[in-house]
Amino acid sequence: MKGRSICPGSAEGTAIVSREPIGFYGGIDAKTGIVIEKGHELEGESVKDKILVFPCGKGSTVGSYVIYGLKINGVAPSAVVNKETETIVATGVILAGIPCVDGINIDEIKSGDNLVVDADNGVVNKK
Amino acid sequence: MYLTKEEEGMLAGEQGDVIERLFRLLVRLGDIYGADRMIPIGSAQVAGVSYKSLGMPGLEFLEDYARQGARVRVLTFLNPAGMDLENWKELGFPDEFAKMQTRVMDAFRKMRIIITSTCTPYLAGNLPRYREHIAWSESSAVSFSNSVIGARTNREGGPSALAAAVCGVTPNYGLHLDEKRTPDLVVRLGKDVKLEFNSDFGALGYYVGRQVKNKIPYFTDMKSANTDRLKALGAAMAASGAVALYHIEGQTPEAQLMDTTGLEEIDVSQKDIDETYAELSTTREPDIIIFGCPHASLREIAALADKVEGKKLKKPVWICTSRMMKEAATRMGFTRTIEDAGGYIVADTCMVVSPIEDMGYKTTGVNSGKAANYLPGFCKQEVVFTNIDKLLEASLE
Repeated sequence: MKGRSICPGSAEGTAIVSREPIGFYGGIDAKTGIVIEKGHELEGESVKDKILVFPCGKGSTVGSYVIYGLKINGVAPSAVVNKETETIVATGVILAGIPCVDGINIDEIKSGDNLVVDADNGVVNKK
Repeated sequence: MYLTKEEEGMLAGEQGDVIERLFRLLVRLGDIYGADRMIPIGSAQVAGVSYKSLGMPGLEFLEDYARQGARVRVLTFLNPAGMDLENWKELGFPDEFAKMQTRVMDAFRKMRIIITSTCTPYLAGNLPRYREHIAWSESSAVSFSNSVIGARTNREGGPSALAAAVCGVTPNYGLHLDEKRTPDLVVRLGKDVKLEFNSDFGALGYYVGRQVKNKIPYFTDMKSANTDRLKALGAAMAASGAVALYHIEGQTPEAQLMDTTGLEEIDVSQKDIDETYAELSTTREPDIIIFGCPHASLREIAALADKVEGKKLKKPVWICTSRMMKEAATRMGFTRTIEDAGGYIVADTCMVVSPIEDMGYKTTGVNSGKAANYLPGFCKQEVVFTNIDKLLEASLE
């Protein structure tokens, strides 16, 4: 699957997929990497070392700092794949240096898939 | 996007990791918004200063980048902090909060950002010129500089303004372009509209912002308004809508360049303004009154000092402002007059970004449409929104 590189780098790992947008501020605990938003489809799951796949970000712009916090605390996803990366997520992954690709048809990915993300070239493939 | 040789080097890491990351952020944001190139900026203004909104992730980010050598290349001011940076103890700000807020300020200072903490940088020593490109984030300051001064900025997020400050450039899109500054609709003020108090401009702004959302309004039939009033108008429109630029016939610099033929028109009557006051006031009896949203000018501080001189206030009254305005107010004796009456000039912070809900206050009286908009959500406050005379009337013995 060919998309656009938002932040370069590469990663290989297990996909964790959210069909709904993710608001990082108040949505994911920066200390543990666990989704804490009440009623979110990923509530209680950890994003640590996974390939986090979701359509786009939502909510407060402070969310960018939460993404950075995940990285500093060693609980960040190894890569992010979006349908469309908006500015909150773009800002977060770039500041944190997390490989990120957007413009991907995420309907073709499901949780548990093994993914290879080549964010230098904006390519995501199933293994 | 076209990049110069130097900019390509920045992206390739020739100027270090920090520049590479921050410049990459600007390039990606430029791509997302369809910018053709980068443009040099004259100044920056960075939001995301109060520890209340930054939290630990924000603080750690700032400390980390400061440690790695991030330094700003242009004059850069800060948005209000979460407390008065000098008199926080006296005002009852919690110790632990103060400790974290101080770490935030230290990180910014290390980046050579001027520790100013004001939402009115244009009153405090960061004044752009007409058509100057800048990267500011505070929504009311963005509105003021775009509309009243005719400078050019998009509404930046905290990190993107910081990135622009460190790299000295911003992507060329949105309000940096002539064609994106033209009005979308005309707002006609009815003959019965009385704009007597600064709060009336806040009520008008709140009403119009709700109607026009993020469009560019062009006001007609507005009588001459000073900068305090335009500051109140723009702040409220940016809060209730997302208005980053407005024009006023005969008053703002770009209005005369604009063609309003055939645009949709909205009529505003006094009834709309009265209803806005009523809608924003959730109760009647405030337990604290706070002026200075956006930060008070010297004219507003002087007016408050005149009104309370020789009197006693029954309730706490704060007027929030920048440290620079407070210095001048102190020199003039306004600080003394207000304190003698039982009030306080609070510098560096404001009611919206300070933890007032943790300081025992439940109902806040304000003369600001912007504050009335944010206090219920950000600070869990009930609100009394009215003009300065009515607010003081209830609290003077």
